[in-house]
Amino acid sequence: MTKAPAYFGFWYRLGSWLLKSTSWLVLFFLIMPILVIIPLSFNTEPFFSFTKGMLTFQPEAYSLRWYSAIFSDPKWILAIQNSFFIGICATIIATALGTCAAVGLARDDMPARRLITALLLSPMIVPLIITAAGMFFFYSDLGLAGNYLGVILAHAALGTPFVIITVTATLAGFDYSLVRAGLNLGARPVRVFWDIIMPLIRPGVISGALFAFITSFDEVVVILFMAGPQQRTIPRQMFSGLREQINPSILAIATLLIILSIIMLVTIELLRRRSARLRGVEA
Amino acid sequence: MSSLTTTEARQAASAQRKKRITAFMFVVPLLVFILLTFVAPIASMLWRSVHHPTVAELIPHTLEALKDWDGKAVPDQHTLQIFAVELNGLAKERLSGKLAEEFNRAYTGMSSVVKSTARKVAKLKGDDLRDKGAQTLLDANPKWQRTDLWYAIQRAGEKYTYDYYLTALDLELKPDTGIQVREETQIYLQLYSKTLTMALVITLLCAALGYPLSYYLAGLSENRANLLLVLVLLPFWTSLLVRTTAWIALLQTNGVINSFLMGVGLTNEPFEMLYTSFATVVAMTHILLPFMILPLYSVMRGIDPSYMRAALSLGDKPIPAFAKIYLPMTLPGLSAGALLVFIISVGYYITPALVGGTDGQMISNIIAFHMQRSNNWELAAALGSLLLALILLLYWLYDRFVGASNIKLG
Repeated sequence: MTKAPAYFGFWYRLGSWLLKSTSWLVLFFLIMPILVIIPLSFNTEPFFSFTKGMLTFQPEAYSLRWYSAIFSDPKWILAIQNSFFIGICATIIATALGTCAAVGLARDDMPARRLITALLLSPMIVPLIITAAGMFFFYSDLGLAGNYLGVILAHAALGTPFVIITVTATLAGFDYSLVRAGLNLGARPVRVFWDIIMPLIRPGVISGALFAFITSFDEVVVILFMAGPQQRTIPRQMFSGLREQINPSILAIATLLIILSIIMLVTIELLRRRSARLRGVEA
Repeated sequence: MSSLTTTEARQAASAQRKKRITAFMFVVPLLVFILLTFVAPIASMLWRSVHHPTVAELIPHTLEALKDWDGKAVPDQHTLQIFAVELNGLAKERLSGKLAEEFNRAYTGMSSVVKSTARKVAKLKGDDLRDKGAQTLLDANPKWQRTDLWYAIQRAGEKYTYDYYLTALDLELKPDTGIQVREETQIYLQLYSKTLTMALVITLLCAALGYPLSYYLAGLSENRANLLLVLVLLPFWTSLLVRTTAWIALLQTNGVINSFLMGVGLTNEPFEMLYTSFATVVAMTHILLPFMILPLYSVMRGIDPSYMRAALSLGDKPIPAFAKIYLPMTLPGLSAGALLVFIISVGYYITPALVGGTDGQMISNIIAFHMQRSNNWELAAALGSLLLALILLLYWLYDRFVGASNIKLG
């Protein structure tokens, strides 16, 4: 907002005051639910709400009880291991295939670009329930339902659009004369890719990989339909916890996930700045 | 300027083609992967919504005999006889339950009839079965004498059918009147319209909350705006399940909001907010709001404030100036955000399933119900295909007006 010019008086100031207070209310609406979870996870009692003791800051009303409950429950430990294992495998597949495709899509001589882009981005648009239903039918027939391979392939497919989007963004304005120079100087295409293209698009590749990982890490619908009890992940475990027996260990795991998302957010922001700087140097 | 010779033109064309092929080769691995792991499953779902051979496999001879049936009276003794023999066989192989389920789908209330009849027919042996089969059938339940039942059986026996689409649209096919609105329970159209209404309400709420905030942020200095954007991005990056959990903690009967309201004396009775459509709308607005704010903010950042200043200093009033100058310039961001929020909310499953109760369910939830509980996979596939058609239409609009490759993250 620009500073109130002299030719506006009371109404202008009222308007900007209203805008400011509305905006802060919306920010409060966005962040408050997430902040509420953190203190609640230290509840001594098995409730989802603040006890009298917590509100008066009695030390004995707070405890790490639910955190130790998570790390002593084999179900939660399996879920944590599964989430990371499936997420990492899916991310590797999605990043490799997505980066390669983005390099092709960014070239001027790519045929049918619009159609192929729309097709490759569709896993992001199609509702998960439809994807999950289709995969359940198809993967069961192939014997891929209820095992790790099926879940990993499914999550990899869901993650690729994010890799394409982030890598394509870093390839915008890419100077292809660098590639030609490399080839002219006798480097083989593979070397050109690793030594010239890759360093320039690396920030995009890493943030795409992070998006792909978080997509898999957060995904629960496909898991609900396709995974067996051995493939239960953190969100799957939270889902059944919220449906069956609500207790604050869900809040404890939620707090840990919030910390993870803060780390992700900071990493992505640093990468974005680095990418802007790299391309700034190139321009 | 001399024109190209044929050879030169051919060489240029072949070089061009080579380049196109090289570019395409980069895309091939992912294209194949997506076709196999994503497109093929969805195609198999579409296929399943029209292809249903179960009944045809269970009672092939009865269906063969029914081909000559005129559809006016009860099928002849011979047909009933064949059916009795097949039912006897199915009962012995413990497949009559499956047939009961299939018949029940085609003709409501047949589940128990088929099961009890199967028990009676199963007792017949050898010649008895051949002689008394038809009579046993008719004695077991008067429903076997109804022509519309046999019509329904005949239709259920078709390997390829659009019946599930009729059901999904609350229609039915009658032998005499053709396609008409279903007489019994009509739920699906209502559910589709409820889903669309809820998605619309969520989109409008996101626009109403997101627009002023984006406007405010766009007016701040870049550093300060980036700092406040963290408050938008943190929820965006936080797990969906975490945010849904938060709303359960906030909205439940003895939850944070009710304790607060009762604590400050605004109310004596807690409000019932969780497990309602209100809870679904509030939680989904919270979850989808960043999808509205981010495109809006990036568009508003790029608008030069001098346009507004010019209009105001030339004497226009603030509100008309805003409507005529600022609002039209923000429309690309607004439409991008609105379409994205609408597309995502139409197909939402998890949040309605956890906070919506029975009242706040959407179309995805009924698809999951038919997949997991009622095991009517074909109906789930038909409902899913309709939802998919709707989403693809919206995606096409998005691609036309915004451009699918313009989707930005973070």
